[in-house]
Amino acid sequence: MTRYEIFVTYKRGIFDPPGATAARALANLGYDEVEGVSIGKYIRLDVADGTPEERVAEMCDKLLANPVIEDYRIVAKEV
Amino acid sequence: MRFGVVIFPGSNCEQDVVHAVRHMGHSADYVWHGDTDLSGFDAVVLPGGFSYGDYIRCGAVARFSPVMASVVRFAEEGRPVVGICNGFQILTEAHLLPGALLRNEGLKFICEPVHLRVEESVCEWLDLSAGSVMTIPINHNEGNFICDPETLERLKANGQIVLRYCEPDGTVLPGSAPNGALDSIAGICNERGNVFGLMPHPERVVDPLSGGTDGQAIFRAIAKRAAEVAG
Repeated sequence: MTRYEIFVTYKRGIFDPPGATAARALANLGYDEVEGVSIGKYIRLDVADGTPEERVAEMCDKLLANPVIEDYRIVAKEV
Repeated sequence: MRFGVVIFPGSNCEQDVVHAVRHMGHSADYVWHGDTDLSGFDAVVLPGGFSYGDYIRCGAVARFSPVMASVVRFAEEGRPVVGICNGFQILTEAHLLPGALLRNEGLKFICEPVHLRVEESVCEWLDLSAGSVMTIPINHNEGNFICDPETLERLKANGQIVLRYCEPDGTVLPGSAPNGALDSIAGICNERGNVFGLMPHPERVVDPLSGGTDGQAIFRAIAKRAAEVAG
């Protein structure tokens, strides 16, 4: 089994309402050093050994992320 | 005219749409998302709801339902395809309409009547006079329309913006969109003007019993367009 971790985040310039709310809440709690918060998704994908990363990228483009609003980063993990 | 109203697992406004269509004197039948036969229909409506529980993203799974390939072909033939609320989200995920719908700016589910200004658009078959104001309810958590600046320019240049959230007198102010939608956009169409997506629910204001009749114009127009295409 091969494990891939996928991080899906909003593209730069796309307003992220949960991130903005978290940033405001942190400021209210006195964390003045916070300069920005972005909230995204974490997907753990277990695939058959030998599955190339390109195949995972295809899954992201097709279903797991929406290229109109989101970027994704794929990280191969040792299990 | 005969309307096909698609049911995805998790759709919940299909009965309202069927009621609205029949109230307007047309016929309507349900189409299960696993079916692929749209022959005999003059217009297709993707209703609101929470298809596939809104998992991954609203509409992201529904766009791969077997019926969607037929909906794409139906649209390519120039026939009217209308997506309401979750149906609009599905149309953007299926790339039949540009942009995407994000969570509402205030992170709240909003269910309330809104004022909508009819824009001058390529969707002229909608037959609503530009500048007029309709009152139609919205009922969503992800109606915050977004697209990149180039797409927005293209939407404006091509006349693809059909409805904007506005004040009661029709003026569009920065805060008019209750969900934070870009440029107050509530509804758009494709370049050809036959695929129309909107967040508000016109089917809820067709029967006077449910509190209004502003949605009638939209169903009347869909039927008229369908009749034109059917020849």
